[in-house]
Amino acid sequence: MKRLTTKAAAAAFSVTFASISGQALAADSAQPIIIPTHNWSSQVVMAYVIGGIFESMGNNVEYVPADSQAVYEAIRNGDVTISHEVWQSSFGGAFYNAMSKGGLIDAGTHSAATLEEMGVPQYVIDDNLCPGLPDWEALKNCPEVFATADSEGKGRWLEGPQSWHGDLMPVRVEALGLGDLYTVKFAGSADAIWAELASAKKEGRGIITFNWTPNFTDAEGFAFIEFPGYTEGCRVADGGDGSCGSPKGWLKKAANYKFPKTHPEAYKTYSKISFSTKDIGQMAALVDVDKMTHQDAATAWLAAHEDVWKPFTQ
Amino acid sequence: MGTNIYEKHPKLAQFGILLVGFFLLIILVSPSDTNVLWRLPPLLAPLPGMINDLAENLMFNWFPVQVYDPDLDDYEQTALLRELTRGFSRGVLFLIELIREVLIGGVKTIVAFTGWEYIRENPWAIWPALPWTVVVGGAALLGYALRGVGLALLAGISLSYISIFGQWEPAMETLSFVLVAAPISILLGLLFGIWSFKSRTVEAVLMPLLNIAQTMPHFSYLVPVTVFFGVGDHAGAIATIIFATPPMIRLTLLGLKKVPVEVVEAGMMSGSNDRQILLNVLVPTARHDILIGVNQVIMQCLAMAVIASFIGAKGLGFNLLLALNGLRIGQALELGICIVLIAVVLDRLSLAWANKQTDYFADLNFVEKHRFGLIFLVIFVVGVVLAFLGGMIFKDGINYFYFIPHNKGITTEYIWQSGVDWMVDNWYAGLQGFNRGLIINVLQPMKRAFLSMPVSATFLLVMGVGYIIGGTRSALIVGGFLLFIALTEWWDRALITAYMTTFSVIVAMIIGLTIGSLCAQNSFASKTILLVCDTFQTFPSFIYLIPVIMLFGVTDTSVLIAVIIYASIPAIRYTVEGIRKVPPHLREAGLMSGVTPLQRWIKIDLPLAFPHIMLGVNQTVIFALFMVIIGAMIGTDDLGQLILKALSDKQGIGNGLMLGLCVAFIGLVVDHLINTWAAQRKAALGFGE
Repeated sequence: MKRLTTKAAAAAFSVTFASISGQALAADSAQPIIIPTHNWSSQVVMAYVIGGIFESMGNNVEYVPADSQAVYEAIRNGDVTISHEVWQSSFGGAFYNAMSKGGLIDAGTHSAATLEEMGVPQYVIDDNLCPGLPDWEALKNCPEVFATADSEGKGRWLEGPQSWHGDLMPVRVEALGLGDLYTVKFAGSADAIWAELASAKKEGRGIITFNWTPNFTDAEGFAFIEFPGYTEGCRVADGGDGSCGSPKGWLKKAANYKFPKTHPEAYKTYSKISFSTKDIGQMAALVDVDKMTHQDAATAWLAAHEDVWKPFTQ
Repeated sequence: MGTNIYEKHPKLAQFGILLVGFFLLIILVSPSDTNVLWRLPPLLAPLPGMINDLAENLMFNWFPVQVYDPDLDDYEQTALLRELTRGFSRGVLFLIELIREVLIGGVKTIVAFTGWEYIRENPWAIWPALPWTVVVGGAALLGYALRGVGLALLAGISLSYISIFGQWEPAMETLSFVLVAAPISILLGLLFGIWSFKSRTVEAVLMPLLNIAQTMPHFSYLVPVTVFFGVGDHAGAIATIIFATPPMIRLTLLGLKKVPVEVVEAGMMSGSNDRQILLNVLVPTARHDILIGVNQVIMQCLAMAVIASFIGAKGLGFNLLLALNGLRIGQALELGICIVLIAVVLDRLSLAWANKQTDYFADLNFVEKHRFGLIFLVIFVVGVVLAFLGGMIFKDGINYFYFIPHNKGITTEYIWQSGVDWMVDNWYAGLQGFNRGLIINVLQPMKRAFLSMPVSATFLLVMGVGYIIGGTRSALIVGGFLLFIALTEWWDRALITAYMTTFSVIVAMIIGLTIGSLCAQNSFASKTILLVCDTFQTFPSFIYLIPVIMLFGVTDTSVLIAVIIYASIPAIRYTVEGIRKVPPHLREAGLMSGVTPLQRWIKIDLPLAFPHIMLGVNQTVIFALFMVIIGAMIGTDDLGQLILKALSDKQGIGNGLMLGLCVAFIGLVVDHLINTWAAQRKAALGFGE
C-alpha cells in the first residue's frame, strides 16, 4: 500500500507537469472551474446554480469552501476561479484590494438592487416600539428601546464586523448628532447578528442591526432605517461629513484574469449571468424556508426556471 | 519588625514592595501619548508591512521561472517558490482525494492519471463509492483485529450513527483529510523529536519555535498558508499539520529523555548499532509518551476541522459553519457529534494498533494468516450485494444500503432546536439582570483598570514577578516578550485580550479546582470526567457560541462564557490528574491521623498536587487565549478582532503573523513564569521529573 501511494504520488506529479504539453483549444478547457462556497444559503445555492449552468454547457466544475473575505486573494492567485456574490459594502474593500494587486477582474453586475443598511425587524414598526420609524429622526426619541446590558443606557447599533466597512457607522452616529444617544457595537460575524435577531424576536424587544437585502430576513420582514439620502462625496472618505445613508448597492461578479481565456464560452455566459432580487430570494427560500439541502435547492431552481438561465448560455 | 517578615518570607515581602511600586506608578504616571512611561512609541509598526512585502516577493518575484500554460497557450512568468509550494500542495491534495474517493467515489484520482479531457470524453469513468455498510464492517473488523469485540462495537456503531444520521459524505471528507494530516504530523513529530534528542543545537533552535507554534492562535497563520499553498483541502491539511505537530515533537523528546541509561546500555551490550538502538530500544521504551503524542495529534486534527474549512477543507467543519449561519443549532450539534465520534474511533484504533504485539513464532496456515483479509472480502461481497438489493427495494432514488446522501438520514434536529428555543424563552429574561450586573460592576471596571495601566507599571509588575520567581534571567525573558508587544501599535488591544483572559482563567480555575477535586475522590468519577474533558476538547466550540449569544447578546459576557467553558477543560483535567497522583500512603497517613475530608483536601491533596495544578493553569491560560481570539467571531475589540480582519487585509500576512506573535507572547510570559515556578516547587517537594 505504501509503495503504491508513493508511486501514485510520483505519477500525479509527472502528470501535472506532463499536462504542460497540451495545445491551444478553441473551446473551453476541461480543467474544472473552481467555485467558492461561503457560509450563507443564497450564496451556496447560487454556487450550485452557476455550477449547474456551467455543467450544462459541458464544463467541469469544482466547489471549494472558502472564507468570504479571504476568497479574493485566492481568486487573484488562481486558486479559485470566480466569486459570484460580491456585496458592495461588505466585500468591496477586499474586492478592490485584490484587483489593485492584479489578477482579479470585474465580470459584471447582477440586476438585483441591493441595500446594506442599519434597520429594525418589521415587528419593531408594527408594534410601534419607536414611533416614527423607519425615519431616522425617530431614533432621537427612543434610545432606551434599543439599550443593552453593555451600552451604558444608550441605544445600541449592532454593526457587522469591522472588516466590512470600518468606522462608517460610528462616524455616521456622530455626524447625525446621535452620539449622546447611541453607541455602535461591532459583531464578529454574520452569525452573531442572526443569533441576536432571533433572540430579540422571541422577546419582541427592540434591536437595530446591520442587514442587507436580498436576504433570508426579507421573508420575516425587515425595515431599513431611512437616513438622509446618499449623495456622491457625502462620506468622510470622499470628503463629506458622513451624515448620509448607504447608497443602493451593487452585487458584482469577480473572476480570475485567466478565466476568459481558458473558458471563453463559460466566461461569456458568466458575464451575462444576472440574477434579480426575486431569483436570489427564491434560491434562499428553498433552503431557509423549505429546508431543502443546497444541492437539491439548486437542482430544483434550475429545473423550474430554465426561462431565466437558458438565455445566459446563448 | 519589617526585617523580621523579610527574613521569614523573603519572597512575600519582595512581592509586597513590588505591588507598592506598581500602584505608585499607576498613580504618578500621567496618561499622554508622548509620555513613554504611559505608552511606548510603536516602533515596530512598519514591521507587518515589511513581512508582507517579503512574503509577496518570495512568492511572486524571487527567482522567476517561465511556465507554459496549455490553457492560455502562452508562457507565464511565476516564481520558483510558488511553483514548488503549489507542487507540494498538489501532492497532498492527491493523497487526500485518493483516500476520499476510495471511500465515497469520485473522478479526481482518475483525472490525475489521465486528465480532465479524458473524463469529458468518457463520462462513465467515475470511481464508485464503497457501500457504507462495507466501510462500517471494515472498521468494526479492524477494531476486532486490533483489540477485540469492544472496539469492534465502538467503531461499528459510531460509523453507523454517522451514516444513518445522513452525515456520511461530509464525515468521509473530513476523515480523508485527517487520514493524511495525522500520519504526516505523527511522522514529522517523531523525526523532529528524535533529531532534537540527538542534537542539542536542534533542540535549542526548535524549543522556542515550538513554544510559539503552540501558543499562536490558528487564525493568524491561515492567510500565510493560503498565500503559499492555495485554498482547498490541502491548505486545510497543511494548517492542521502546523497545528498538530508541535505536541508530537515535544512528547517524543520527553519520552526519549525519560529512557533510563541502563536500557540503552543493555542494547549496546547486545551489539546493536545506532539505528537499532533508536528503533528497537529507544522508541519502544518511550512508547508511553509517544502514544500520548499520537492521541494529541488526533485530537488537534479534529479540533482543526472547523477552522480548516475557512481555507477550503470540505466536510463536517464547513457544513457546521453553514448550519450555524442558518441558526440550525440542532444540525450543527449532530455534525459536532460526528467530529467527536471520528476522533474517539481514530484515537482508540491507533492506540490498539500501537499496543498490539506481533507474534513472530506462530506457525499459521494460509487461512489463519489471511483470516482478516478473507473476512473483509466476505464483508465486501455482502455489502455490494446488499447495495444491489437496495437498488431494487428503494425506488425513490436514494439507495439507503449504498450511500445515504447528506442530510437525508434521520435527524434529531427538531428536539435540539426546541431545546434552544425553550432555553431562550424561559431563561432570557431572568439572565438579563445577571448580565447587566456583571458587565456594569465587574467587566467594564476591570477592562478600564487594565487600560489605565501605564506601560511602565505593567513592565514593573511582570518583570518583578519574573525576578522573584526566576531571578534576573526570568525577568529579562518576560520583559523581552512584553517589549515586543509594547512596541507594536496594538498594546491597548493586547491589554483587552489580557483582561478577558485573566477573568476567564480565574473563573475557569475555580470551576476546575471544584469539579476536579470532587471527581478525583473516586476513580470512576475521575475516568468519567476525563472522558467528558476529551469530548469537549474536540467538540467544536462554535456550536455553543450561538445559544450563548442568544442568551447574552453580542457582549463581553458571551465571549467570556464561551472562553470559560473551553478553558475549564485543562483546569479540570490537571486537577484530577494532580490529586490522583498524590501518593496513597500520604492520604492514608492523613486518614489515620483523623483528618476530615475537607482538612485532607486543604492540607494534603492540594499542596501536593499544586505543581501539577499549576501546569494546568498554564494550559488553562493557553486554552483561554485561543478561545478569546475565536471570541472575535462574537464581537470583541481586542487582538482577535484584528486577526479576523487580517483575513481580508492588504497586509494580511504581516498583520496576521505579528498579531499572532503578540498573542503567543502573552501566553509565553505566563508559560515561562509558571514553568519556572512549578519546576522549583517540584524539586522542593521531592518529585522531580
